[in-house]
Amino acid sequence: MSDVAVDLVRPRRRIRIPTEWRQPLAIVGVAIACLWILIAIFAALIAPSNPLAQIYPPSQSPSIHHLFGTDELGRDVLSRVIYGSRVSLPIALALVAFAATIGSVVGAVAGYFRGIADGVLMRLADLVFAFPPIILAMVVAAVLGRGLFNAALAIVVVAWPSYARVSRGLVLSVGDSEYVQSARLLGATSRRTLFRDVLPNVAGPIFVLATLDLANAILLLSGLSFLGLGAQPPQAEWGSMVAEGTQYFQWWWIGTFPGLAIFTAVLAFNFLGDSLRDVFDPRTARRIEEAES
Amino acid sequence: MSGLELRDVVVDYHGRDGVPVRAVAGASLSVLPGRVVGLVGESGCGKSTLARAAVGLVPVAAGTVTFNGAPVVALTRRARAAGLVRLQLVFQNPYSSLNPRRTVGSQVGDGIARLARRDRDARVRELLTIVGLPITAASRFPHEFSGGQRQRIAIARALAADPAVIVLDEPLASLDASAQAQLANLLGDLAREFELGLLLISHDLAIVRHVADDVCVMYLGRIVETGATQSLWARPAHPYSEALIAAIPSADGGGELPASLPGEVPDPARPPGGCRFHPRCPYAFARCTTDDPALVALRGGRNAACFLQTEGEETQSPAARSGNS
Amino acid sequence: MLAVAGLRVRLRTPAGHVTVVDGVDYAVEPGEVFGIAGESGSGKTISMLALLGLLPEGARVEGSARFGRHELIGMPSRQLRRISGRELAIVFQDPFTSLHPMLTIGRQLTEHVRLHLGLDRGKARKRAIELLEDVRIPDPAAALRRYPHQFSGGMRQRLAIAIALACRPRLLIADEPTTALDVTVQAGILRLLDRLRREHELSVVLITHDLGVMSAIADRVSIFYAGRVVESGRRHEILRDPRHPYTRALLDALPHPESTKGRELVAIAGMPPTPGRIPVGCAFNPRCGFVQDICRETVPPLSPVGERRLACHVDPFAG
Repeated sequence: MSDVAVDLVRPRRRIRIPTEWRQPLAIVGVAIACLWILIAIFAALIAPSNPLAQIYPPSQSPSIHHLFGTDELGRDVLSRVIYGSRVSLPIALALVAFAATIGSVVGAVAGYFRGIADGVLMRLADLVFAFPPIILAMVVAAVLGRGLFNAALAIVVVAWPSYARVSRGLVLSVGDSEYVQSARLLGATSRRTLFRDVLPNVAGPIFVLATLDLANAILLLSGLSFLGLGAQPPQAEWGSMVAEGTQYFQWWWIGTFPGLAIFTAVLAFNFLGDSLRDVFDPRTARRIEEAES
Repeated sequence: MSGLELRDVVVDYHGRDGVPVRAVAGASLSVLPGRVVGLVGESGCGKSTLARAAVGLVPVAAGTVTFNGAPVVALTRRARAAGLVRLQLVFQNPYSSLNPRRTVGSQVGDGIARLARRDRDARVRELLTIVGLPITAASRFPHEFSGGQRQRIAIARALAADPAVIVLDEPLASLDASAQAQLANLLGDLAREFELGLLLISHDLAIVRHVADDVCVMYLGRIVETGATQSLWARPAHPYSEALIAAIPSADGGGELPASLPGEVPDPARPPGGCRFHPRCPYAFARCTTDDPALVALRGGRNAACFLQTEGEETQSPAARSGNS
Repeated sequence: MLAVAGLRVRLRTPAGHVTVVDGVDYAVEPGEVFGIAGESGSGKTISMLALLGLLPEGARVEGSARFGRHELIGMPSRQLRRISGRELAIVFQDPFTSLHPMLTIGRQLTEHVRLHLGLDRGKARKRAIELLEDVRIPDPAAALRRYPHQFSGGMRQRLAIAIALACRPRLLIADEPTTALDVTVQAGILRLLDRLRREHELSVVLITHDLGVMSAIADRVSIFYAGRVVESGRRHEILRDPRHPYTRALLDALPHPESTKGRELVAIAGMPPTPGRIPVGCAFNPRCGFVQDICRETVPPLSPVGERRLACHVDPFAG
C-alpha cells in the first residue's frame, strides 16, 4: 500500500528502549558483551589468582577451588580466561577502530574523487580481498614477526578493505542522492555536502560494520595466537590457550573454557551488531515511531 | 530577459552499452516570474531530463538555457554560481529528496544566505509557516512526516533561497488525493504571492490544468505544443495533445470510457523518421512520414509542431483540418 | 457471485493488533464491475487480500466472504489455492513486479493453464496464443518466447490480465490496475477490461483511488474510508449525486472538467487517519463540515437510503 500518513510525533521525554532492542537475541548480545567488558575492566578484582602464577597442582579438573581447573603448568584456568579478556577485547577494539578509520577514509577518497584515485585504491582493496583473511593475516604476521602488536597490525591490513568498500559505496550513492543534489543547487560546494550530508550517512553503517567486525577481530586474533603468531607464552590469551588445550585433550578444561570465552564474546558482538543495524536503518526507525506513538 | 528560458535544448544521456540516447531532442520554453507553466507528457517523453537540464543538474548537449540572462551551467565540484541559486528544483520523491539524518530545520536553512544564527532560525520558522507546517517541525526529522508534508518541507527549502523560478519535477505524483489538492493550491498561492515563476512538470493533466497559466505538451523528447491552458484545453492543436486530453476519464458518473491511443511510445534511442508522432497519429498523411514539423507560432500565443496547423493562423482542430487536407 | 459480510481484519504490528478493516459489507453481482474506491489507508487492498488468504502472518480475520458456494474466510489454503487462479483471479498494481522475471511469457501462461485445467502442451500453447490475442498483444506467437522485461508497463499489465483470465475465472479482482500507467495507456487497459468482461461474462472487482477510472468503467461503487464502507450504490448515482460528506469532498477535490484556472481545488482539511488511530464514532468526523455530537460518539451504520446505502448520521445533502 502506498504512503500511510504519519502524524507528527509528540516528543517523549523519558528514555525508552527501542522496540528492536527488545528482541531476545539483542538483549542476550548486549548483556554478554557488557559482561565481558566489565570482566576485562575489573579483571584484577575478579580473578582469583595471578594468571601467570604456576603455583597450583597441575592438571586439576574443575572444582570449587578452581572453577575452570588448572592447566598443565599449575596455573588457574579461570584467572587466565579472565585476564585473557584484557588481551583480546582492547586489542580487538583498537584494531577495529584503526581499520575502520583507515578503510573509511580510503573509501571516501575513492568515492569522492573517482577517476584514477578510485581505480588505484579499489584495486588495492581487491588485492587484499583476493586472499582468505586468515592466510593473509598469517603471512603478514609471520613477515612482521611474532607478538601481539604485529598480529594486530596484520589484522588491520586484512580488515580495512571492507570498510573502504562500504564507505566508497555509500559516498557514491549518497553523493548522487537527491538531497545532496538539492544542497548543491542551493549553493553548497561539493566538499561541504561531503561533510554535511554524505559522511553522516556513512558513519552509521560503518559503525555497524565495525561492531560486527569486532567479532571477526577477536576470532582472527585468537586464530593467530593459536598458530603461535600472536600472543607468546606465557601470556594468557584465549587463542593460545586453546592451542595448549589441543595438546592436552585429556584435560579438556584447558582448551574448552577459553574456547567458550571466544565463542560467547564473538556471538555477543554479532548479536549486538545485528541489532545496531536495525537501529540505524531509518526505515525501521520510522516503523518503530509509528508503532510506538 | 528575466526568468528561465530554454532554447532548442538537446540533452543526451548514456544508455546501456554506452550508446548515447537523446532524451530531449530540441525543446524550447520560457518561464516568467509570476507565471505557472505546466510541462505535461507521458513516460519516456524526457520531461524529467529537461527539468534537470533546466537547473543545471545535467549538461546540455546543444541549445541554451538562460536564467535572468545568465547561462545555466551544469554543476561542477565548485559552488553553483551565486546568480543561479535563485533557480531552484523540487524533486518528485519526497522520501528521497530529504536527508534522513538531518533535521528539517537544518535542511530548510541550507538555502538561506549567510546570516546570523538567530536570524536563520527565525527565517526557517517563517518558511515553515508559509508552507503550512508547524514551527515545531524544525527540530524533527523527515521520517516523522507524511509524503505531503515532506513535499512542503522540500518547497520550503527551495523558497529559502529566495527563488525567482522553481522547477518542480512531478511534485504531486507520490501523494494521496487529499495531499495533492492541498499542495496544488499551495503552489498556486506561492506563485501569486511571491511572484514566482513555476515550471510544473507532471503527467497529471487535470491538476496542471488547474494550476498552470500556460501548458507545454511534450512527446518523445520534443515539445509539440504550447499555449495558455484554457485555450489549449478547449482547442488542442496537436493530435497528441488532443489524444492526451481525450484519454482522461472524467469523474462525472457518466460511464464513458476514455479514448485510447493505439501503439506505444517508441524507444527514444530509435525515434521514428519524419514527425515523431506519425506512427500513432490518426490524421497522419504522406508528408508526416518524411518531414519533421518544427514548432511554429500560431495566433493567440499558441505554438504547435504539426503540419495540420499553419503558421500565423488560428488554431485548427486536427480532425477538422485533416478532413480538408 | 461474491457476498462479503461483516469483514473485519486486524494486522499484527509491534504495538499490538490494529484494526485495518472494520466491518465491511458488499455484494458483487454476476457480470458487473464493482468498484471499491478509497485513499490509501482505507483498507481497500487489505480487505481484498483477506479474501485471498494473502494477509501477513499474525493477521486476524472475522466475518464472511461467500464466493458462489464457497466460504473464503477460514478456507484451508490448499482449497483456496485451487479456487484462486481458477475461478477467482487477481491483477495487481505494479506491472513490473507481478510477473515472474525469469520465465518466458509462454511458460507463465501455459504453466498456469496446464496446472489448473490439465491441458496438454499443444492445447495449452494454443490457449496461450488465444489469450494473448484476446488482450491484443501484437504478434502473440513471438511474444510467447519473450520475457516480461522486454515489454512496456502497459503491455505487462495486459499480460497479467491474460494470465489472470487463463482459466476463465468467474471473478477478476483488479487492485489499482492502471495507477502506475500513463493516461493513454490506462485508457487502453480500461477499454480492454470493459470488453473482456462483456465477452466473457466476467465479474470484476476494481479497486482504485481514482474516481475518474471508477466513473469510466464501474457499474456499482463502494466508497471506503478508514476501514469502513461509507457509501455504496450505482455508479452514476454516487458520483453524480454524492450524499456522504467524504464522497462529496473527494469529488470536489478533483479538478473539475469545467473549472477555470484560479479557482482553488477544494482540498479536504487534514489527512485520512492511520489504522489504529481511528476517531471514535464516525471516522470522518474530524474532517467533516457537517459534524454533530452524535458523529463523535456512535459509528453510523451502513443503511439503505433510497437506492443506495449510506453511513452518515447527518445526511446533509438529502432531498
